[in-house]
Amino acid sequence: MTDTTGEIVNLAGVAKSYGAVRALAGVDLLVRPRECLGLVGHNGAGKSTLMGALAGTLVPDRGSIAVGGVNLSDQYSVVVAHHHGIRCVFQELSLCPNLTVAENARIFHRNLKGLGWKKRAAKLIEDKLDEVFPGHDILAGDIVGDLPIGRRQMVEIARAFTVTDAPLRLVILDEPTSSLDAVTAEQLLGFVRREVQNGLSVILISHMLGEVLGASSRIVVMKDGGVVAARAAGEFTRDSLVAAMGTVAAEKSEQQVSAAGFRKSGTAMIDARPAAQMDDRRLIAHKGEIVGLAGLAGHGQTRMLLQIFANAKKRYTETKVAAPVALIAGDRQSDGIFPLWSIAENITVGSLGRLVKHLLIDRNAARDMAESWHQRMRIKTPDMNHNILSLSGGNQQKALFARALGSDAEIVLMDDPMRGVDVGTKLEVYEQVKAEARGGRTFLWYTTEIEELSNCDHVYVFRNGQIVDDIPRAELTEDRVLRASFHEAA
Amino acid sequence: MLQQGLTVPFQRIFTAQFLRSALPALSLGVLLIAIFIIQPNAMSYFGLNLMLQYAVPIALATLAQMFVITVNDLDLSIGAFVGLVACIGATYLHDTPVLGLLMLAGCILVYAAMGALIHLRDLPSIVVTLGMSFVWLGIAVLILPTPGGKSPEVIKALMALKVPLVPFPIVAAVVIALIVQAGLMHSSYGAVLRGAGGNPKALARAGWSMLRIKIAMFAMAGFFGMLSGLSLIGLTTSGDAHIADRYTLYSIAGAILGGAEFVGGRVSPVGAVLGALTLTLTGSFLIFLRISPDWQIGAQGAILIIVLALRALISRGDRR
Repeated sequence: MTDTTGEIVNLAGVAKSYGAVRALAGVDLLVRPRECLGLVGHNGAGKSTLMGALAGTLVPDRGSIAVGGVNLSDQYSVVVAHHHGIRCVFQELSLCPNLTVAENARIFHRNLKGLGWKKRAAKLIEDKLDEVFPGHDILAGDIVGDLPIGRRQMVEIARAFTVTDAPLRLVILDEPTSSLDAVTAEQLLGFVRREVQNGLSVILISHMLGEVLGASSRIVVMKDGGVVAARAAGEFTRDSLVAAMGTVAAEKSEQQVSAAGFRKSGTAMIDARPAAQMDDRRLIAHKGEIVGLAGLAGHGQTRMLLQIFANAKKRYTETKVAAPVALIAGDRQSDGIFPLWSIAENITVGSLGRLVKHLLIDRNAARDMAESWHQRMRIKTPDMNHNILSLSGGNQQKALFARALGSDAEIVLMDDPMRGVDVGTKLEVYEQVKAEARGGRTFLWYTTEIEELSNCDHVYVFRNGQIVDDIPRAELTEDRVLRASFHEAA
Repeated sequence: MLQQGLTVPFQRIFTAQFLRSALPALSLGVLLIAIFIIQPNAMSYFGLNLMLQYAVPIALATLAQMFVITVNDLDLSIGAFVGLVACIGATYLHDTPVLGLLMLAGCILVYAAMGALIHLRDLPSIVVTLGMSFVWLGIAVLILPTPGGKSPEVIKALMALKVPLVPFPIVAAVVIALIVQAGLMHSSYGAVLRGAGGNPKALARAGWSMLRIKIAMFAMAGFFGMLSGLSLIGLTTSGDAHIADRYTLYSIAGAILGGAEFVGGRVSPVGAVLGALTLTLTGSFLIFLRISPDWQIGAQGAILIIVLALRALISRGDRR
């Protein structure tokens, strides 16, 4: 394929509004051949909308789309995009959970049909999985819904890189590593670098700034529906990226650091032992502590949280939980939000017991509660009565935090809730969590991002369903967490 | 490494998924054994033929329902529709075959249009199909105000077919189940159709037309509903607008007994046919127990609850 124009796609003046909310305000974006373009910005900055326009899943209100120098604005659609070699891995998974891995490959490729299609589809996807994620344990016959979320994401990514009849020129990866652990994420970034050298173009959207800086050749920063900076990756640093996005990295408060480092005493709020634990290590959390659960994705941390959640209302079990519990789900779409409800209803549902007056829900109290959390979490919406899906992903997550923090639960379990959330939102939520902990709440925080552990007073590292290390804040280093996580592999 | 290679597939076979898909066959087997113990005479060509006589129309109606369930909808009009087809079959199809066939084709087109309407206007299928059930019933009563008419000789002859060794209803059920199983579970377009139930948004993003898929599935439902009605008058030899009123619930119960779930595109054609057979046999089972047929529906409900409870237990065991 000879590109005389030296461009894969060229978007010009693309604009899109949802009702009163302006998602894109006339954006220009050029992707060149053999380029890994990093795209960063807040949640709600318009990245996903822009990529939707590029992938053909949504029609912009204005603007033109040219692929390989040919203006295709009038006829652009998913099929046209696919035909011109543009693929997108969306932030929410777009696999069919009731189908096998191979059948999901078939959905993607119209020409995988006729006799023996199942074998061809299986080979296609398994070969690509082997290439991108060597050592994976996914079979083409596995039902996708039975796979954990990290594996599903691996399948989705591998599927985007499979080629049958249409050429492959540009792959858009929207938060590809949000559910991957450190090893598979590194495998993916290595694969992306190799593919870019072989002539492919990639757009990488990620909130992990280190990934974007490490893998991209050029970085575009978006803010409020427009592009605010576009330069070679080498000209950016982590700090300058954050500055360009418009949030200032909050300075670590000194008093926080010095206050941590020793365990609080008194009776434990939580005293639990993982079901798979061989020795007598236990997970203990005191009042006012933030306890981190670390380790690679899917090594028993979520199970531990669910075990604690399930035992919260029982008195005589081995798992001791001394107060009411709230859980902030990691899989926001399936376990977190009520998609048909408004933002306000999604927040107040955790506290309905307290909002009842004369056997009915007190509407004024519910509205006041929603409004106060609107302010406290700084949820970006003109009206809390809008549907929850009108919010961007990060703001939906803020609403879920508001639900948990607004309830009377003294213990809050967090199941990697910061997946795919922008830096600014993260910093805001960290502050909320710390303030609530100072107020006497206890947090159990499972996270796949090692940086987040620095907010914790104590960290337990999980491997194969067991606690393998127990690190006080003062001794916490990235190196020690990694060593404990990878003990066997090393 | 070798050991792992051996144990992993073994574990993968005996999963909850396997047990779930074996459940419809197991429940049918248990019911058959119970019948044979109570009434050993039933274990014969003639006995099975008699007991399973009505299995074919019920199985076809169940498959029709299953197509609709595949795309996360529910068809509350299938019973009335089967009744209408029976009335058309016993009158127009018998007297003026060409006109009769045209009417049946028209009925399927209306079914397809129903799918299009539900998709385009984003309407709840329950409401649309419930409304249509009265339309079907009304037309059926207009065509045949009182029970009567005559079924076409060809259909009567087909349904009275004597197959050596195995009774006709069993042969027919196996053939129907295998055809639909191949079409929906093993063909490449079948994967797309089921995917539409699992994640419609993903299908649309991959460039498939959800409108076409809905139309295809509702048209298939109409087609199988028509087959159900025609096979029914082949057995009864005459028509009646109310002949299949119970089929709506039978078809839903049969599909669910067979392992289908209301949402998510998880269906099983073989399971649906087995479920339909199970429901048919409960009637005979209760007669052999000398329980009044009035209790039949209740007993079918009880069986449904038991099987679903077992399925829930298996799923819970899987999560442990």
